[in-house]
Amino acid sequence: MVSVHNRKFISADPEKCVGCQICEYACSYSKEKVFNPIKSRIRAVRVNQVANMAVTCRLCEEPACVAACPRNALSQSKENGSILIDKDKCNGCGWCIEACDYGAMMLHPETKTVYTCDLCKDKTEGPQCVKWCPEEALTIVTSDVLAQKARLSAIKKLFNEKP
Amino acid sequence: MLIYFFTAYTPKFVGGTGLLGYAGKVLHVNLTTASSHVKKLDEATAKKYIGGIGLGMKLYWSNSKVGVDPLSSENPFVLAVGPISGTMFPTGGSGHAFVSKSPVTNLLGTSVSRGTFGAEFKRAGYDAVVITGKAEKPSYLWIDDDSIQILDASALWGKSPEEVEDAIRVEIGDFYVRVASIGVAGENLSKIACIVNDRTRVAGRTGLGAVMGSKNLKAIAVRGTMDVSVSKPDEFFSLVKDFHERMKGPAVQKYRTMGSTENLVHLNDMFCVPTRNYNDSHFQLAENIGSSVINERFVVKIIGCNSCAMRCEHEVLVREGIYKDTLTRIEYDSLWAFGPNLGVDRLDVIIKAIERCTYYGLDTQSVGGVIGFIMDCHGKGLLKNNSAAVLLEELGFVPYFGNADVIIPLIEHMAVREGIGDILADGVKVAAEKLGSDGDDVDAFGSLAQHVKGLEATGYDLRCLKTTALSVAVSFRGADHSRSGAFMLDLSGKVDRLKAEVGRGKLVEELEDIYNLIDSFIICKNAKGTLYKDVEDLAKLYSAVTGKEITSEELKLAGQRIETLARLINIREGLTRKDDTLPWKVLNQPITDNNCPTKGQIVTQEELNLMLDDYYTARGWTLKGTPTKKTLQQLELHELKNITITTKKEEG
Ligand code: SF4
Ligand code: SF4
Ligand code: SF4
Repeated sequence: MVSVHNRKFISADPEKCVGCQICEYACSYSKEKVFNPIKSRIRAVRVNQVANMAVTCRLCEEPACVAACPRNALSQSKENGSILIDKDKCNGCGWCIEACDYGAMMLHPETKTVYTCDLCKDKTEGPQCVKWCPEEALTIVTSDVLAQKARLSAIKKLFNEKP
Repeated sequence: MLIYFFTAYTPKFVGGTGLLGYAGKVLHVNLTTASSHVKKLDEATAKKYIGGIGLGMKLYWSNSKVGVDPLSSENPFVLAVGPISGTMFPTGGSGHAFVSKSPVTNLLGTSVSRGTFGAEFKRAGYDAVVITGKAEKPSYLWIDDDSIQILDASALWGKSPEEVEDAIRVEIGDFYVRVASIGVAGENLSKIACIVNDRTRVAGRTGLGAVMGSKNLKAIAVRGTMDVSVSKPDEFFSLVKDFHERMKGPAVQKYRTMGSTENLVHLNDMFCVPTRNYNDSHFQLAENIGSSVINERFVVKIIGCNSCAMRCEHEVLVREGIYKDTLTRIEYDSLWAFGPNLGVDRLDVIIKAIERCTYYGLDTQSVGGVIGFIMDCHGKGLLKNNSAAVLLEELGFVPYFGNADVIIPLIEHMAVREGIGDILADGVKVAAEKLGSDGDDVDAFGSLAQHVKGLEATGYDLRCLKTTALSVAVSFRGADHSRSGAFMLDLSGKVDRLKAEVGRGKLVEELEDIYNLIDSFIICKNAKGTLYKDVEDLAKLYSAVTGKEITSEELKLAGQRIETLARLINIREGLTRKDDTLPWKVLNQPITDNNCPTKGQIVTQEELNLMLDDYYTARGWTLKGTPTKKTLQQLELHELKNITITTKKEEG
């Protein structure tokens, strides 16, 4: 199993995200060949005009969604930590949806089974949302790198330097 | 043997039949009978009128009677999106257009807004909705894919668009419901009321908020869950990629960085900022409210509309003083309306004024126009011994230019039509008529009311921007610089801005056609600079999305068709050449400022006549401004018979 330190997930920088929803279009198109936000694995959330951020699966350690599934339909990929869904076992009951703190697990409007970000593992060029985000708000990173970045920008702010 | 089980499911997608890009469906809702039905949008009509304002006008034409009172149940109200709405094309997801007869001009009214509402509407599976009749009580229209309901809005009456959006989301239990709503001003049938969506995005001009109010229609709420596809994905994505790059480039840098408020400095340097209701053309205090101050001290975030890769919406926050914590969006037009136009250099007040207009659902440009008018009346000593004087005195207002303190109370009075607010709530033209009939001097008041066809003038001094002047005079929806963007020609020096000459007609015509297409596709006018090849780019986009080849020539023709259709609607509603005019001061009061290189400038009636003749000719209209039979045939508009008959008479 890939260690939690090496697990890379999609993270959005709220300072940079402008709520344009392009990531939703990119994701739904790359996954399902249509433009439809409700088929996107990533969702842009605008709480108000100044609070914008896109959210998707964080590849948690001991994922709550996996633990919650009563039918053992979910497991975590040993390779990259993403959540694997056995569509034959999933009956769309939604326990995992409730269990995820980020709303990253979603019920598909047509298959009626759940789905979530798979890090675009089928794409040689990597995550499509990252590729298309015009603000470079999205990155595929580990928690450790995120922490480094956060520390840096906090200290820069403290010393009034440009981030 | 292996047996496979398939769960049968059918994806729902927009435009399953016919042209991709289009939903192929027009929803008709009758509020009187609380009924709705869907009609097919045929391919020919789609291709002819494109979508957005073009399709909206066509639907308005086909569903309306001549001479209806804009605020009666008979006046149809149309909402339309375009063929690329709901796709990933940058700015293509963001727009929607409203079309109806405007209460402020009594002619065709159109207004486009952006945000996320349009894309949601497209995913609900419609290209347009035509709303007729009048609901018995305050209501809102709830479009949930193919389920259409007219729901009670009694509890929402009196609320602001933002409050309405929140309340509807709670009531329906879905955070992603998108809402376009009127405020109190629309309920009170203010002829300058707007329609607000996504909190800060506004279909501002031509008073269409009052049309909704007159129908007891507080809001339209939409949830669309269907798929949108494009016909040629490879071509489409290479266009998207290309435009993402273009949007990072210099063509739209202004919008990405300082924002449209940057216009103020440039316009002011060139002495073409109408100041104090057109008494001057240069604002000495402009620096205090310039885009650098705005960005340094007030901007807290720049956000983008759906699918836009060049986000431009500057959110401003007042951090101190009596208007502390006011948060809204700022653009040049609103900045001008409450700043230079009123001689005011207080950004906190300007920002508050914009926020209040959004809260009450009033068009900032028209409201600024009205307040500038009343200040001018005061300055000219016209507010004596009449009802306005009494009403102002009761409130303790002295509306002199530069008096920032009167702005917010005046807006509030207009929204609820209280006292002086009732006189002002219908725009400058009505205000001047009311005040004029009260005293003895109709003309004195009229000369201070800066409008065309009833719609208030905007922040470009037309006396020294003559191509723009022509464009504003012929604009089908009244005083408005954004029907052609001709100001770019004047300001960039591509033409001599102080000269009225033959040839300007053609220039304005061509720009109008492109703008018509932009508003019909719908993409964002702020992104106009990224259309390096104008119509050619649009033609590529159209065929990548719909799968139907369209040539640049065909598209140009569509742009012309849309303009001529607008003309036909206006002629039907009584417009004649003399309505293609300019604000009184533009024609009659030369720029007086001694420091101003454009001192003495004015647009004379002769100059205007010359440009009108030129423009009509370029359009294939008679010198009376009526499309000729030949033009109608060329544009395939000859089916619109009743107008053809008038044309014949005129020609014969
Ligand atoms: S594409 Fe980027 S900026 Fe736009 S919503 Fe997604 S994360 Fe935010
Ligand atoms: S990484 Fe791929 S699957 Fe995951 S949200 Fe981004 S585009 Fe969608
Ligand atoms: S340029 Fe600005 S207004 Fe236009 S779509 Fe983008 S964010 Fe919206």
